[in-house]
Amino acid sequence: MDSDERDQTNPPLSRRSFLQAAAGAAAAGGAVLPQALQADTSAAIDPPAASSVSVSLEVNGLRHELRIEPRVTLLDALREQLQLTGTKKGCDRGQCGACTVLVNGRRINSCLSLAIMHQGDHITTVEGLARADGGLHPLQQAFLDQDAFQCGYCTPGQLCSAVGLLEEQRRLGAGAPALTDASIAESMSGNLCRCGAYPHIVAAIREVARSDVRSDVRGDGP
Amino acid sequence: MNDFSYVRAADIDGALRLAAQPGAAFIAGGTNLVDLIKGGVAEPRVLVDITRITALATVQESAPGGVRIGALAPNSDLALHPLIVARYPLLSQALLSGASAQLRNMATVGGNVLQRTRCYYFYDTGFERCNKRRPGSGCGAREGYNRMHAILGGSEHCIAVNPSDMCVALAALDAVVEVRSLRGIRRIPMTEFHRLPGDTPQRDTNLGAGELITAVELPPSRYARHSHYLKLRDRASYAFALVSVAVGLAFDGEHIAAAGVALGGVAPKPWRLAALEAELRGRRLADLDLGALAAAAMTDAETFAHNGFKPELARRAIVRALGVAAGREAA
Repeated sequence: MDSDERDQTNPPLSRRSFLQAAAGAAAAGGAVLPQALQADTSAAIDPPAASSVSVSLEVNGLRHELRIEPRVTLLDALREQLQLTGTKKGCDRGQCGACTVLVNGRRINSCLSLAIMHQGDHITTVEGLARADGGLHPLQQAFLDQDAFQCGYCTPGQLCSAVGLLEEQRRLGAGAPALTDASIAESMSGNLCRCGAYPHIVAAIREVARSDVRSDVRGDGP
Repeated sequence: MNDFSYVRAADIDGALRLAAQPGAAFIAGGTNLVDLIKGGVAEPRVLVDITRITALATVQESAPGGVRIGALAPNSDLALHPLIVARYPLLSQALLSGASAQLRNMATVGGNVLQRTRCYYFYDTGFERCNKRRPGSGCGAREGYNRMHAILGGSEHCIAVNPSDMCVALAALDAVVEVRSLRGIRRIPMTEFHRLPGDTPQRDTNLGAGELITAVELPPSRYARHSHYLKLRDRASYAFALVSVAVGLAFDGEHIAAAGVALGGVAPKPWRLAALEAELRGRRLADLDLGALAAAAMTDAETFAHNGFKPELARRAIVRALGVAAGREAA
C-alpha cells in the first residue's frame, strides 16, 4: 500500500480528534458527563451569545477574525476558536504557567488575559516558536537534548516562558547579570512541573543562554 | 464568568466618564480582576479597558527630585527602570519578590495597589461566611484556617491581610497615590490609602466611586544606599508573604538620620512602624537593642489558632532586615 492509499483509508488520527469523537459518541449514546466536565465544555459547544463582538488577533504571524464574547480569555480563544491547542490549560487561575504565551515578545499568562484586549498585539504560541523551515527553536532542541520533560503537559508553557526569559536577558543588554541555575529557577518559578523535571529544564535553558552569549558580538569574551 | 460588556477608553477623561456607568470596573493587567471574575467574587457589568491610555504609562523624574510612576507601568518594567534601580532599590527588590515573571509583565502599579486579599474565605464563594465579600455573613477565618492572616489591625469582622509586596516598600518610602475623578485630582499617602476593616471590611481602600489611580509619586530618595526588603514565605519563590519587612535607613555618620520601616503579610494594610522609626532616629545602631525594639512593635499582636508563629517571625525579620539594610550582615 503506498502512502496515498494509506492516507485515504486511514486518515491521521490525533489524540485530540479521537477524544472529541469519543466524547461525541458518548453524548449521542445518552451517557451523562460529570457536572464539572459539562460546565467545562459548554462554552465551546454553545453558539456565540448575542453579546459577541468582532476581534482581530495576530497569532504566529497570521491574522484571524473572530466573533467572541468579551469574557473569553486569550487562552480559550487560542484553544477553542483557533484550534491552537499547544497552549495548555492547567489551573486556569494564573498559578501554574501552562498557558504561558508571548505577547509582543513578553511572556504572560493567557488564562488571566481577555482576548479582546489583544487587538493589534503580536501573539506567539508554542506552535510559532519553530523556524519557518520547520527547524526547531534552539530551546525546543535543548529541551529534547536535556530530557527536560516527562509527561509534557507543562512543556509549551515552559518553552514560551524560557523564550521570554532569554528575551528579557537580551533587553537588559551588556549590563545583564549572567544567568545562574538559581536565577533561572527564580525567573521560571511561574511555571510548575508536576513531574519534577526542573533540573533538566534549568539545564536546557542554561545551555541555550550560554550559546546566546557565545554568539553575541558584544559578548565580553572569555 | 458572568457576562459583561467591554469598552476601551482613549484618554483619562473618557475612562472616568465610562466608569460612571452602573457596575463598571477599570481593567488593565487583569491578573487579579479576571481571576476574581472567574471565581464569582467580582461581577462587573462593564469593563473599561484603560491600557491604551499611553499618558498613564510613563515613569519620569518629578520636579522636587522624586519620581512619578504612571499607574500603567508594568511591575516588571518598573523593577528594572534605571531611576528605580538607582534611587529606590527597595522598591525594585519588593517588586521582584512578588508573583511570577509572567504576572509581573502583566500587572500594573495601579492594579497592584488595588489587589485584593488572598484570604481563602474571601476568594472562594464556596464559603458562606466572609464579611468582605458578603457584608454581615461573618468571618470564616477567625475560627477557621488562618495561617496567613493578620495579627495587627484586624477586627472581629475581618482578619484578611493585604497581599502586596510593592505597597510595603511604597509605604516605607513615603509614596503618595495620585487619583483622578470627574471632580478633580487628589493625593493620598500610601500609608492612608488602604483601610483597616473595622465593621466595614468590604471597603479595602479610601478610593472613592469613579476614582482612577493615575500615578504613584515618590519623594526624593533618602534610602538608596541602605535598604532591604526581606520576604518570608512557604516556598522560595512565587508565594505570598507570611511576613515581609521593608527597611530604608539614612545615616549621618554613624547615627541614623531617617528611617522608614514597614511590615507586610501581618495586617490589612502595609504596616508602618512609626514608633520603631522614632526610636532609631538620632541613634547609633550598635547602641540599640534591636530585638527589644522589634518585640515592642509586636506588643499589640493578636494571634489565632494557626498563625501564632507570626509575631516572633516578624520580630526576627525586623532585626535581620535592619542589619542587612545597615550593611551589618549579608542578605
